[in-house]
Amino acid sequence: MTTGAGLPAPIPEVQPETAAFWEATSRGVLLVQRCTACSTSVWYPRFLCSNCHSDELEQVEASGRGTVYSFTLTTRGILEYKDCGPYVLALVELEEGPKMLTNIVECDPETLAIGQPVQVVFHDTGAGSALPRFRPAV
Amino acid sequence: MTIRRKAFIAGAYEHPGRELPDRSIAQIHAEVALGALADAGLTLADVDSYFTGGDAPGLGGLAMADYLGLSVRYMDSSDMGGSVYLSHVGHAAAAIATGKCSVALITLGGRPRTTALRAPGQLMGAPPEAAFEPVFGMNVSAVYALAAARHIHEYGTTSEQLAEIKVAASSHAQHNERALLRKVVTVEDVVNSPMVSSPLHRLDCCVVTDGGGALVLVNEDIAKSLDRHCIAVLGHGEAIEHTKGGWQDVTVTGGVRSGRDAFEEAGVSRSDIDYVGLYDSFTITVLLALEDLGFCDKGEGGKFVLGGTLQAPFGKLPFNTDGGSLCNNHPANRGGMTKMIEAVRQLRGEAHAAVQVPDCEIALAHGTGGWLSTRMGNATVILGREDV
Repeated sequence: MTTGAGLPAPIPEVQPETAAFWEATSRGVLLVQRCTACSTSVWYPRFLCSNCHSDELEQVEASGRGTVYSFTLTTRGILEYKDCGPYVLALVELEEGPKMLTNIVECDPETLAIGQPVQVVFHDTGAGSALPRFRPAV
Repeated sequence: MTIRRKAFIAGAYEHPGRELPDRSIAQIHAEVALGALADAGLTLADVDSYFTGGDAPGLGGLAMADYLGLSVRYMDSSDMGGSVYLSHVGHAAAAIATGKCSVALITLGGRPRTTALRAPGQLMGAPPEAAFEPVFGMNVSAVYALAAARHIHEYGTTSEQLAEIKVAASSHAQHNERALLRKVVTVEDVVNSPMVSSPLHRLDCCVVTDGGGALVLVNEDIAKSLDRHCIAVLGHGEAIEHTKGGWQDVTVTGGVRSGRDAFEEAGVSRSDIDYVGLYDSFTITVLLALEDLGFCDKGEGGKFVLGGTLQAPFGKLPFNTDGGSLCNNHPANRGGMTKMIEAVRQLRGEAHAAVQVPDCEIALAHGTGGWLSTRMGNATVILGREDV
């Protein structure tokens, strides 16, 4: 079984502090904030560093590579996911360090494993943004 | 400065309903308020402080204070999910200890069984994480499953070990005529039930019920004047745990800190605890609480629950003797209130005879509100039987 092909791509609500992030996704680029004061990379994008509280955050182009930190094949989608069938919700640990909640697509959930390398893919929302999801790295 | 033995639980009441389509949420709050006050031998006119969570309709408890006709001089409608009523016990005890109030009412009510669920975290408008979680299909069972899957990966915990928690809850629920699920289940029943969000099966999940509950806390003078057996609040702790900007360890909850603070304030140790009420939204929630509260080492929860550890009356650490949220009741999708209520029943010796812990002297109630893996509010309360 391969999952994730027909997943919905809900339009995220873009805030001033997340506009640059979402604009980059529409170009196939994953930005991760990095604090210039304490060097911590932060997920999700925000106004200040959640580690040292500095507001000197820079946008760094992420490699798009990561590993599966945890995942679940869930059958209980709500809202846009109510009728899409089972899908994989995961925490992916980015190469830059932080973990992000996302989906693993183009995978067989039966053989998917924690620690497995994954690569970002972008799914267009049709509204000037794209959802960063991941597929097993080849 | 401490709240130790400064406030006493005089009244506790669990709504008997599990499906209440014919009542407003405000009416449920009112019914449980009256129930807890009657239990204490007090009336709404005695109440001078009111505590409620995000389940109360209207602006921060104002509507409920109006609806109930309360004269309120101390108010707290803070929210952190279903554990907040344990937090409110600590806040009410602190307010009583400092003389800000003398009779505190805490209420919970809701109807998730007969009305549609709202999106997680969308109670008061879109929170900052909204664009980064729901868009990927984040749902409640899935984020708890992420914690369970990681715990299994790191510590070798098994689905059968998680199932033992449900088995213990169901062995208690059979004696509770109001429990939504009274059937005693086996480990096989749990692991063979349909997968909801792997590795969590349907029977790893709590029930969805309408209903509610309420508590009344009073100061020492009022406790002495009441006929009812009052239960001393010995200690309280609370902690928010969150993603730390993406650096969270999903196998660890805020129970590490809320438990530490509650034990320190109460001046008791783990081995003094005769009964635990542990928030059981899912089996994994209980397992992490046992570890984080220090009843066993990190990663050992799966082994700890084997052999009937949690089963009343003679297990090493009897838990959730009403059947808990896993089998009995999880009113308004919030399990903290019922953990307190059953702990009070145990300390009063009023639990069902089949599950009453003999000589139950000190109890702990613990809540995990919000969501594992992302952000949660933890609160721990330690209670003593000794009346004044």
